[in-house]
Parts: sequence; structure tokens; C-alpha cells
Amino acid sequence: MNGVHDMGGMHGHGPIAPEQDEPLWHAPWEARMFGMRRGGTFPPGFNIDRWRHVRELIPPYLYLVRSYYDHWYMSYVAALLHSGMATREEIKSGHAAPGTAKRNDAMRPDQVWKTQKTGGVFARAIETPPLFAIGQRVRARNINPTGHTRVPRYVRGKVGVVQLHHGGHVLPDSNAHLQGEAPEHLYTVAFSMRELWGPEASPRDEALADLWESYLEPA
Amino acid sequence: MAASLSDHPHHHDHAHSDVPSDPALRTRTLESLLTEKGLVDPAAIDAWVEAYEKKIGPRRGAEVVARAWVDPAFKARLLSDATSAIETFGFLGREAQHIVVVENTPAIHNLIVCTLCSCYPWGLLGLPPRWYKAAPYRARSVIDPRGVLAEFGLALGEEVEVRVWDSTAEIRYLVLPERPAGTDDFSEAELAALVTRDAMIGVAKVEAPKEPNA
Amino acid sequence: MSQHDHAHEDSAAIAHHHDIHSELPSDPALRVKALESLLTEKGLVDPATVDAWVETYESRIGPRNGAKVVAKAWVDPDYKRRLLSDATKAIGELDMLGNQGQHMVALVNTPEIHNLVVCTLCSCYPLPVLGLPPVWYKSAPYRSRAVLDPRGVLKEFGLELPEHVKIRVWDSTAEVRYLVVPERPAGTERLSEEQLAALVTRDSMIGVAKVKA
Repeated sequence: MNGVHDMGGMHGHGPIAPEQDEPLWHAPWEARMFGMRRGGTFPPGFNIDRWRHVRELIPPYLYLVRSYYDHWYMSYVAALLHSGMATREEIKSGHAAPGTAKRNDAMRPDQVWKTQKTGGVFARAIETPPLFAIGQRVRARNINPTGHTRVPRYVRGKVGVVQLHHGGHVLPDSNAHLQGEAPEHLYTVAFSMRELWGPEASPRDEALADLWESYLEPA
Repeated sequence: MAASLSDHPHHHDHAHSDVPSDPALRTRTLESLLTEKGLVDPAAIDAWVEAYEKKIGPRRGAEVVARAWVDPAFKARLLSDATSAIETFGFLGREAQHIVVVENTPAIHNLIVCTLCSCYPWGLLGLPPRWYKAAPYRARSVIDPRGVLAEFGLALGEEVEVRVWDSTAEIRYLVLPERPAGTDDFSEAELAALVTRDAMIGVAKVEAPKEPNA
Repeated sequence: MSQHDHAHEDSAAIAHHHDIHSELPSDPALRVKALESLLTEKGLVDPATVDAWVETYESRIGPRNGAKVVAKAWVDPDYKRRLLSDATKAIGELDMLGNQGQHMVALVNTPEIHNLVVCTLCSCYPLPVLGLPPVWYKSAPYRSRAVLDPRGVLKEFGLELPEHVKIRVWDSTAEVRYLVVPERPAGTERLSEEQLAALVTRDSMIGVAKVKA
């Protein structure tokens, strides 16, 4: 979706201002929210692409003003409400409605290391041969889906050169909406800065993005 | 390439963390300060407010539309040089110095927006409604005009061409809506009374007059 | 219903739930506490598991992992070759693959090419080799400017590159995760692999800094 999260090339956000010796957590609640996201139970079929999309749906004014782990809070709450796993009253009060049965299948501490080690493999075998070859010129298509996608606006319609081919990967556009993994060939495409930003940009530098086959067309 | 953002002074940075978030309070404080410094005369503020409350509003645009409906020669002038046609009404002014009028027909439906801020033909329509200036309309008009019109209750046939005019410069656009059926013997004033602001932005059609109950 | 319509309806239904925020306090500490309390009561989370996840990223996973990969590439040309041809496998040799770092690509900085990593769309970052990302990496200024004005960004970090250096900014839009292998600083010929690893900073492995001797 063409949301405010799609930030490549925006102006006006101010200086980067890195913090010296930044602590891992800026408040104890951040650590709790991190652990809840990692260790908590989500609706059936929920996956990382859906998580990212739910986060993208945060209203722009909240997206920009709330801090990172607060985005995680907002996203987990939206997922709970949407799936019916929690009600608004329960979220507001912090307590389960009277008579709610307590589940017994939450991730256990002894499962954490293995989950961390083995989770998040997105490469998938794919039968069709790749459409594009390394070194080939391709154009990122001018697509504007209202649902989840990972083709940023700043590359749409722009021509680049395929640098890497990663084989088949789960397609977020489909996976985020629980429509199946629909794996496609994934490529890294390099775009010159001038192609992206015009003739006054650097003549030498490049930006590269990882783009699925359906995001691309021959150029 | 423009200098990095860290080189630019950040005009907005400090002020907003120092003042209360309630705009009523901040605005009253600002007016008080500007008055003390002689940077504004409160009576001038009153005069501006009154101009747009009482004198300048969509009735002006409606008069232009009604004239175009009854007078073909005027309509032709309006479509070829709206600025000079409207000047005869004395309606040019602030935010309405360069006008283009776009005609709705059964084949073409026009819609006006300002995606970048809130440009609007004040001199003909008065001050814009809040929805016109807000993100949803500004974002969606150019990408999904039919969806926007549907939200206003207007469904257009697939064969109708929709044209969305983005007011990126100082040209101000006015839609000349279609004259509704059943108004052949209406006077110019009666016609003007039918023309709504929303029809002149392009998010509505002008409704045919209601039949009196038998 | 077309694919497009389905996604649209799905998104609209989810988006609607974000309006709860007008009814909740703005202070996140209270809200997160309430959430943990609720999830615990419902058996949707075990607080001890939350502790374990926190502990994992406080103590067991961090940039020292990536530094080991870099140091090994500096001292062992064969390893470096393996890292460049299949970083997933090479990093796996050191048992440093994991969630958000199962599909790796190593980007070698040279005097002619400087690599920089970003995720403009959210905050994707190679967790198993670098730990959790810093706030600046996840924030709007870096996300918006890295692909638009990398030289300006590097300058803000105190790194000015000569004009002839080509900058490549890698936007982590998929699940491929990037690790920059910074240049080995001069004057480190006699250092052991362990001593070299101690020089390698997290920022140099993102690409916003060079390694100092």
C-alpha cells in the first residue's frame, strides 16, 4: 500500500541524531513488548508479512509519532481485536473477561532458543525457471496495490540491472493476506541514483532493492 | 543534489514542544502577542472573517453556473477564457485570479483537488470544507476518483471519463456541472439556487428539482 | 472477488481496529503492562518466555557475532571467498544463522566501493549477527534519507567519502539480510583474529562507519 511507512526519498524528517552508547531498551516496557511479540500467541496463520501489513495500517499520524516498540504494541492489539482473540474492553482493562478459559499452549522459555535458531526461513523450491538473468535490465512495474507489497514507491517505473538472484521466496503480497505463500523468484536490482532522483543526483552511486518477479518487467 | 537535511534550519522543531497542544489556546496567545507588537489589527481580522462568512461563498459560483446554463454565448466565453468571463461578475479576487472552468457532460466528469495543500477557488466558492483539505481526499482523488465519488454517493457509469484536476499552481478550477432535467422554464435565480458547492468541486451532481407532492 | 478486492477488504477490516487508540492512554508503559497482564491471563503468553527472549538478545546475540565473521574474513582468504560466494553457508559454519538472518549476503567494502544497509519500509536488520537494531536505523530520518542522500547520511555519522567512491545502498525489502564487511584498517597486520574482532563496530557492519585501528 502507498502508506506513510514507504519512506524512501521523503524529505522533512530531520536529522538522524544517533544516540551514543544507546541502550538496548529505553524503558522496561520495551523489553516486555519485544518478548511478547516473540513469545506471544498470534491468530491462526499469522505470519511476518501479515504483521508488517498490520503495522503499515497504523494511522499515519500515530505511525509517525509513536516509538518503534509502541508500533509493536499497536500491531499486536490490532491483530488480537481483528481475530476476536481479545475484545476492546479486555485491551483497555488489561484483564480477561470473567469466565474466559486460559489457554495452555503459549511458547515456553525452553523453546525460545530453538525458535530463534530455526525460525524465519522463506526460501522455497520453485518449478518455473527465472524470467530474468543477472546483468539484465528490468523495470520495476508501476503497481499500486492497496494491500501489502514490498515494492517501494521510489523504484516504481524505474529501470535497473539485476545483480543477484535468490531463487524462490515467499511472496509477501499474497502471504500477508493469508492467500498462500505463492513463492516467486526474488532478485536484487540496482538502480542508479540518477535514475531514481534525476540528473542532479550522484552519477556514481546506486540504491538496490530486493524485488520479486511480479514486481518487474523487462526493460 | 540538495544539501542534506541536517544543514537546514528546523523552523518547526522547537516551537511545538514548548506550547500547549490545544490550538484554541495557542491561537489566542498568538493573537494577543501580534496585537501587542502591532503586527495585526484585530479589527482587520474581524473584517476578513466577515468577508468569508457573509460576502464570499458558493452563491457566487452558482450565479456563474446558472448564467452559463441560460446564455450560450456566456458559456462559450466561460469555457474559453473563464477569468475574463468571471471578471464581468466582479468575482475575481484572492485565490481566484486565474480561473479555468471545466464542463461536465454525460461523457466527462471533472473533479477538483489540491493534493499538495488546499488550493481552492475562494473567490467563487468561499472557504473550502474540511474534507477537501484533509489527507483522505487529497491522497485518494488522484488514485481512486471513482471510489471517492462513491463515498459521496455518486456512482458514474464505466463509460464516463473522469478527469481529476490537481491545483498545483495558481490556476483555480471550477466545475460547470450538468444542468438537471426538468428545469427548462426555471429563471436564472431559480437555477442558481439548485447549484451546490459540492457540484462545483465535482463530488456531486446538481439534483433535479423535487416534484411537488400531488 | 479479485485478489485486489480481497486485500482491500482485509486491510480495511484490520485498519478499523487501530481506532482504539483514541480510547487508550498515550503512555506506552501502562498499555504494555495491561497487555502483558491480559495475555498472561488468557494464556497467550508466558511471562517467563518474555524474560527468555529479552535475555537472549541482551546476552547471547549481538554484534560480537558479526565481528567474528568479519575478522575471520580478514585473516582467512578462503573463508572470505566462501563468504562472498554463499554468505548463508559461510555464516552457518560459525553457527550464526537464525531468525531474521537465514538468507545472508555479505557486502565487502573496498577503497572504491562503500556499502550501506537500510530498510526503508520498516526496520529489517540481520538480527543473528548484529543483535537488535539501534533506534536511528528504524526511524524516519534514516529510512527516508539513506536511499536519497547516502553521502549526507554518512556525513552525519562523521564519515566523508571521496567523490570517486561508489556508494551502494541496499534496501532490505525482502528476507535477504545484509552484512557489511568493512575494510580492515591499516596497521593491524599483527593483530590476532580475536583482537581484530574487538575492533569491528556494529556501525561499521551497517555501513555508517569505518573500522578504526
